[in-house]
Amino acid sequence: MIVEFGHFALVLAVVVALFQTVVPLIGTLSRERRLMETARPAAILQLLLLLTAFLALMQAYVMSDFSVANVAANSHSTKPLIYRISGVWGNHEGSMLLWVLILASFGAAVAIFGNNLPLSLRANVLSVQASIALAFGIFMLATSNPFLRLENPPIDGRGLNPILQDPALAFHPPFLYAGYVGFSIAFSFAIAALIEGRIDAAWARWVRPWTLAAWMCLTLGIAMGSWWAYYELGWGGWWFWDPVENASFMPWLAGTALLHSALVMEKRETLKVWTILLAILTFSLSLMGTFLVRSGVLTSVHAFAVDPERGVAILAIMTIFVGGGLALFALRAGELRQGGLFAPISREGALVLNNVLLTTAAATVFVGTLYPLLLEGLTGDKISVGAPFFNMTFIPLMVPLLIALPFGPFMPWKRGDLIGVSQRLIATAVLALVAMVATMAMTERGPWLAPIMMAVGVYVMAGALQELAYRAKIGSAGREEVLRRLWNLPRSVYGTTLAHFGVGMMVVGIVATSAYQTEKVLVMKPGDSVDVAGFTLVFNGVAPNKGPNYSEQVAAFDVTRGGQPVITLHPSKRIYDSPPQPTSEAGIHASWRGDLYTVLGDAQEEDGGYAFRFYFNPLVRFIWLGALVMFIAGGVSLSDRRLRVGAPNRKSRSNAPAGAVAAE
Amino acid sequence: MTRKQKRGVLIGTAVAILASAAIMVAFALRDTIVFFQTPSDIAEGKVKSGERFRLGGLVADGSVERGQGTKVKFAVTDTLQTVPVSYEGILPDLFREGQGVVAEGRLDANGQFVADTVLAKHDENYMPPEVAAALKEKGVKLGEGAKHPGAKTN
Repeated sequence: MIVEFGHFALVLAVVVALFQTVVPLIGTLSRERRLMETARPAAILQLLLLLTAFLALMQAYVMSDFSVANVAANSHSTKPLIYRISGVWGNHEGSMLLWVLILASFGAAVAIFGNNLPLSLRANVLSVQASIALAFGIFMLATSNPFLRLENPPIDGRGLNPILQDPALAFHPPFLYAGYVGFSIAFSFAIAALIEGRIDAAWARWVRPWTLAAWMCLTLGIAMGSWWAYYELGWGGWWFWDPVENASFMPWLAGTALLHSALVMEKRETLKVWTILLAILTFSLSLMGTFLVRSGVLTSVHAFAVDPERGVAILAIMTIFVGGGLALFALRAGELRQGGLFAPISREGALVLNNVLLTTAAATVFVGTLYPLLLEGLTGDKISVGAPFFNMTFIPLMVPLLIALPFGPFMPWKRGDLIGVSQRLIATAVLALVAMVATMAMTERGPWLAPIMMAVGVYVMAGALQELAYRAKIGSAGREEVLRRLWNLPRSVYGTTLAHFGVGMMVVGIVATSAYQTEKVLVMKPGDSVDVAGFTLVFNGVAPNKGPNYSEQVAAFDVTRGGQPVITLHPSKRIYDSPPQPTSEAGIHASWRGDLYTVLGDAQEEDGGYAFRFYFNPLVRFIWLGALVMFIAGGVSLSDRRLRVGAPNRKSRSNAPAGAVAAE
Repeated sequence: MTRKQKRGVLIGTAVAILASAAIMVAFALRDTIVFFQTPSDIAEGKVKSGERFRLGGLVADGSVERGQGTKVKFAVTDTLQTVPVSYEGILPDLFREGQGVVAEGRLDANGQFVADTVLAKHDENYMPPEVAAALKEKGVKLGEGAKHPGAKTN
């Protein structure tokens, strides 16, 4: 009964979306207030209906109602509760329902917190937002309905792919989707501005918090996915330049550029047309990401539940919105009033450089990701573009960006002084040199570029801190004055500092892990020992074990360092009961110095030995910690009072992302 | 600076960055892409010796030799031709006889494919599109799970 209720709610939500697309738009075109005002209750109603549908599906999962086809195909009665819940979005149909639910959450958040928006702008934004929901709602009802019943329900379900039964992955899709879908608000605002043919600094002030919230979620979502792949897949890597990874990375790059260009627009009323274009492109890349992941047109190691036929439908939706958006942009962009020009050496100039480099980087990732499709279409040759391509194209674009990064926040608006800023960064440069020398002293091998890149990472981190120190006059003013200044600095300044510091941390982690990873593959018998990066591992044999829904073979290693016991590691091989699928669980000892990573391989046929793979990944946790710091930085910025200026009540900005997440 | 000069610097920088990126992309696409080949392609002599490429097909039944040190041997087939493969390391969990596989590496002098990477996949039913297409081209009938990777059949 509840499932039918959810099904009905989904259908109603689509009907409401249709209403919300058409009526407010008619209202703005005919300047009829009452029609425009319908957008707000419609958006809230749409959210409530989709929430009902989502909870109904979740209920079917929690209660293991296998008469629902989707539950029978993806769940199992012995699965722990948390994975029965996360199983809701661990499949195509459920994840699309989550997608539209988050879409509706953002729309409703605009409706609820957008009191200060001009009525016509709000009506147009919600109308565009609803049109996206309408397209995906019809898509779901036509091809991917999660509420279909089975005539002959099975006794038990087929279960969730066991490697998805993991805490980090339970929350990876919701954050990723909140990021993807959150950019829809920027898109809707852009389209609404184009429809009205009017745009000003206030527009950027309204859009920026939503973009920031989406960007935060996407940052954390990508980092969670990377972390999960690192410890779950047993190949010791954290990024593969796989199409599915790139699909989430392109909107991130464009979204990061959008955050910075909206800043220029808000403060200086320039770069308007570019910001609008970027808003359209960022969401277009999000739609493309959804298409690439869902359709499986590209070979991916991370492909789950793909379906080429339904992919075509997503491609059609994408074409309509991207094509329509860009066409409207081409028609209307000329009518928007351009802002003034500015000196190249200035805050604006630095932010433009940031935008050019980030969007160019996104474009190289785009080419690398889609070139195989293009070439196959043209010549029929099947190729793959892997890490070497991206190392050759993406990294050279990131290096100048990272070097320019600490200069940006030091630059005043309008006109800056490059030499003056360089002088202020001397301490940072010295610290970077120390880091380079220290790296060279501590390592014996590795690429010659690695110490330089370590220095760049430290330089970005130190540069961020030095900017804060400069603003607070640390070192030049008395203690009380410094504290007073630190207290009075706007939170967005702390947000900037933290975010840039996080970028530096990430660079340090990436460079150290990529350049100085140790890898060993060998066969060991019980009692054998091996030395990996200063650790001594003694193999104590393999024993069977039984978990709640799997059985496993567990190896035991006593790890010592300099004679002192450190930990006992247990890499294992599991076979899940349903579906009967093998997985490897790496045994990891994580520390600030780096991760010791062990994987159990095949048993030897003759002598009772086992194959093992060992890694030592220096400073690897800085990669995900850097992302976490960036996420927190976004939160700190969102809590800034200045972002709330023009917001109706003080809670709106900080509640919006939390509300969107809590809704799942 | 005049308005014209300001605009010139901005546009010049942007164009310079885009142009250098385009050149890097062109070079990288020439040097770093790897082609996807099937055992039949190799038999037809489509692969230059020493060239790095991706080999795709099905893991031949009864061909996998595990548990002989850290080396693993298996054969990849498109049912018409079969190529022996050697790999040092630990195979992905979902590597199984009769299932689709993609490996990256080079042919050695004896016609054996020395793989340095065997692509892991996360979903039992997932068949890389190249493998599915290549097998279809060769007229190989696939099981229903392979035809629509991950499609729900009930």
